[in-house]
Amino acid sequence: MDKEYVGFATLPNQLHRKSVKKGFDFTLMVAGESGLGKSTLINSLFLTNLYEDRQVPEARARLTQTLTIECRGVEIEEGGIKVKLTLVDTPGFGDSVDCSDCWLPVVRFIEQQFEQYLRDESGLNRKNIQDSRVHCCLYFISPFGRGLRPLDVAFLRAVHEKVNIIPVIGKADALMPKETQALKQKIREQLQEEEINIYQFPDCDSDEDEDFKRQDAEMKESIPFAVVGSCEVVRDGGTRPVRGRCYSWGTVEVENPHHCDFLNLRRMLVQTHLQDLKEVTHDLLYEGYRARCLQSLARPGARDRASRSKLSRQSATEIPLPMLPLADTEKLIREKDEELRRMQEMLEKMQAQMQQSQAQGEQSDAL
Amino acid sequence: MDPLRQSPSPSSSRASSPRTLPCEMLGYVGIEAVLDQLKIKAMKMGFEFNIMVVGQSGLGKSTMVNTLFKSKMWKSTMPGLGVPTPQTLQLQSVTHVIEESGVKLKLTVTDTPGFGDQINNDKCWDPILGYINEQYEQYLQEEILITRQRHIPDTRVHCCVYFVPPTGHCLRPLDIEFLQRLCRTVNVVPVIARADSLTIEEREAFRHRIQENLKTHGIEVYPQKCFDEDINDKILNSKIRERIPFAVVGADREHIVNGRCVLGRKTKWGIIEVENMAHCEFPLLRDLLIRSHLQDLKDITHNVHYENYRIFRLNESHVLPRGPGWVNLAPAPASVPAPAGPQATPGPPKVGWWAKDNSDEEC
Repeated sequence: MDKEYVGFATLPNQLHRKSVKKGFDFTLMVAGESGLGKSTLINSLFLTNLYEDRQVPEARARLTQTLTIECRGVEIEEGGIKVKLTLVDTPGFGDSVDCSDCWLPVVRFIEQQFEQYLRDESGLNRKNIQDSRVHCCLYFISPFGRGLRPLDVAFLRAVHEKVNIIPVIGKADALMPKETQALKQKIREQLQEEEINIYQFPDCDSDEDEDFKRQDAEMKESIPFAVVGSCEVVRDGGTRPVRGRCYSWGTVEVENPHHCDFLNLRRMLVQTHLQDLKEVTHDLLYEGYRARCLQSLARPGARDRASRSKLSRQSATEIPLPMLPLADTEKLIREKDEELRRMQEMLEKMQAQMQQSQAQGEQSDAL
Repeated sequence: MDPLRQSPSPSSSRASSPRTLPCEMLGYVGIEAVLDQLKIKAMKMGFEFNIMVVGQSGLGKSTMVNTLFKSKMWKSTMPGLGVPTPQTLQLQSVTHVIEESGVKLKLTVTDTPGFGDQINNDKCWDPILGYINEQYEQYLQEEILITRQRHIPDTRVHCCVYFVPPTGHCLRPLDIEFLQRLCRTVNVVPVIARADSLTIEEREAFRHRIQENLKTHGIEVYPQKCFDEDINDKILNSKIRERIPFAVVGADREHIVNGRCVLGRKTKWGIIEVENMAHCEFPLLRDLLIRSHLQDLKDITHNVHYENYRIFRLNESHVLPRGPGWVNLAPAPASVPAPAGPQATPGPPKVGWWAKDNSDEEC
């Protein structure tokens, strides 16, 4: 038996150890009109006070405010695993009287991150590539509207091919159950009508257990998530303390699945789909951007793209991307494709091994 | 005109003028019966009240109107159902006659769907200002006729209820732009809409910030400080001014709570009772608009806002010199839209009447 046991069944563990050592980094963007509970939700999701020193600008200041992009970084550790979370906030979105084109700075920011990664990837020193690409965008929809507003549609159409979008209904405790259902239905219909591609949850494998499948189906049904955020712990009529909002007619519990979809969102974002979001960003969205970018380089009208990227360059590197001769870029593309293929094969082998060892384990249990 | 209308100038004092001495009465004459006579006349003629509701879609405007007047004035729709929001602002008016204890009220509600819903909301207040000025213009035209009707139909907007979305932060630029322009033309009552998404502390903080914003930008909402006539009014209105804007919730479904049948919204964590002061301030709004200040709203509209409009129009047509009757609510805006309407100068027979008035003034 020992002769046939090679030992690469430990590969998953090795991967696990390496990832734990390396840590994860995740960039989350929150967008939506002000006053929809974005900051409170982020604080509730990650149980940190990311917005401690925040000052809501006064009305006078808001009259001349334009959209700004703010990044905050925080390191969260749980069970020995470190997550470097970067939050991208968009204060000023949808605030002014005339919001035309207010989404352009956001689109530019997302593309800048892709550009930065493309440069780093094509550069000479690839040891420590910082991945600052936006992996997920939580878009907050107002519970008081009748579905998506024209501004929501315009923003989503501008970013849906560039970032994973998860639509969320903020301040969902303003709605009665029937209203929540009707609003979700309407939003889903509108998203389909406007052909906006939100993040699609991958179907779970057929060999997952029933419980997981049920949870997964429930989660897919409840998009967009109707959430309530709170960092305050309240006593709900003498029972155990819960996180919630205390009104004079009752208490909304944030972690109660009957009250809102906060648990679903947290499970999805942090527990089950964090890695998938990163993968989709890398494999689909970034590759799409890269293909477009390189294709436009191959065409003669690539001069102005080169000058634009040069201007947006912040840190210094040796050779800016557009000056690479074509042959080199071709080689790069082929190398990357080769790498991808190899990694995919390895992954499949590991999965097969895991299944085998699981089957073996069950057999030995039965015995 | 209203039988209970007071004298034109709000600065006229009700106390006896120095030339008439109070006289002692030696017995019961029956003068107080004049109040009954007034009442009977009023009941026969009925009252008119025109209210306008302004705010983004989904803030519960139609439901609020239904709740205020306890009748299905509008069909309030759930999110997702109903007509999609129009691309441009359209004003819709609906008139109902409701009756209570023999008193008839002809109520007109003007809704403003599409307000603040577009991407570019610049000048979205122009149609509303235009509508209000149009109603003033119609009344003015009726008033300056030689043979006037006995009772001029009053379509002027007596009160504009502005719904502020419950963001919890402060007034948005759109709110400020709108309120600044409208508070000079009509009585504006701002309310915090859908207040069931704010806790009591959040409401107080939000209210406080809104009050500060209103003060900073010079917005005078109803009840305006400058129209308090005597000390009683001041005390009463100050109490109201402390609580403006009211945090309201509207509902048109009934539920059973503790054996009583109440209007409310039923959620999984409790029932929000609309008429319970501990839950929301809807009773305060209802009392202000209907039970205590309805007549005052009409008076201020007639005596102040309409008069201002009239003086502006007559000045425009160079017929009446700017005299002591001008009431300045706020610094005169440069951008009061000149209403498009019938000719500024009246036709030949009317000029005669005005000329006579002019000569009286000059004497």
